[in-house]
Amino acid sequence: MALDARLISPAGLEFFGKVCAAISHDIKNVLAVINENGGLLEDLCHMAEKGRPIDPSRLKRLAGDVRQQVRRADGIISAMNRFAHSADEPSAESDLVELIGLLGLLAKRLAALRGVVIQTPVPSVPVLVTTFPFGLLNLLWICLDCTMTASGSGRTVELIAEKTPDGAVIRFRRLDQIDVALIAAIVLDRTSAMSQALNAAISADERSSELVVRLPKGGSVQPTPA
Amino acid sequence: MTERVLIVDDDKAFLSILSERMQHRGMDVITTASPVEALRIVETDSFDAIILDLMMPEMGGIEAFQRIREKRPDLQVIFLTGHPSVSTGIDAMKLGAMDFIPKPVDLNELAEKIKQAKISRAILVEKQAQARLKKVLTDKDRCPPCRSILPRS
Repeated sequence: MALDARLISPAGLEFFGKVCAAISHDIKNVLAVINENGGLLEDLCHMAEKGRPIDPSRLKRLAGDVRQQVRRADGIISAMNRFAHSADEPSAESDLVELIGLLGLLAKRLAALRGVVIQTPVPSVPVLVTTFPFGLLNLLWICLDCTMTASGSGRTVELIAEKTPDGAVIRFRRLDQIDVALIAAIVLDRTSAMSQALNAAISADERSSELVVRLPKGGSVQPTPA
Repeated sequence: MTERVLIVDDDKAFLSILSERMQHRGMDVITTASPVEALRIVETDSFDAIILDLMMPEMGGIEAFQRIREKRPDLQVIFLTGHPSVSTGIDAMKLGAMDFIPKPVDLNELAEKIKQAKISRAILVEKQAQARLKKVLTDKDRCPPCRSILPRS
């Protein structure tokens, strides 16, 4: 199946660029800490050469700090790897719970800079759909961007995926005191072609103050237009 | 004399270890992961240099810098960033930052810039003191005793 061009539009490139920029920033921060740990080791050796003994417990803590930063970097790179592979197949069975978890990781820094906390509670069962994972991540990123902008600093946005009789739904929750209908309209305006290509229906549930993205059971990705 | 430095960075691991290394070099270091707290600190405390991360969740580095400048125009600020860009660097310098250093940091380079910041601040403070003194001495109406020491006009 060929990839629908509407799914790799300028919005897709912008999404790709923003995610890569955030990842590179996070990696730089990890390298900065490891660099300082290396520098401190040099400092301690230099002091030892001048007669000041090295405390082994200090070295152990340094080693532990380096390992912690390596784990931190490993987490960042793992998320980057999953993000990169989301573009492998134009149509693949995907667990929405994992996709939302990945989105939360990729958007964590952006959210922190806006003073927003993203929560992605994990349901007990996978929620499977057939879709273009990168395209769906892009769509959800735009939804998240709009909801975070509307929420403002100090707020929490919760994302959850649920099975429905006719497919699946992703809910952006805890949008109280926010005009969710306006957010839905803005998202639709920004993602019109993308939503169509993904067969995604975006709407506002004003009663529960949620932005809702519905995906069909039989396959989220439309056949490529002639 | 010991350089007195305030470091503001939301990455606490980086803050802790950079602070320790700078203290080993004899600097007097205060740290905070909160730019809002940094604004409170500079109201009552003086520093030879402020090392300020460019991107922080609570408040961006540029905004924090502008607010520090409003309270304390004498303080010298050196930006640190994990993603330096020419345009951001230019913006920071235009606003009056002393310098702009990418992460990972070369501590020798940073230490040198802190020494320069200390000199710059000392010159600025001296100029301000001289300007205040000149104002007092030339303001005859506000300083009657000064009239006796001023040349007759």
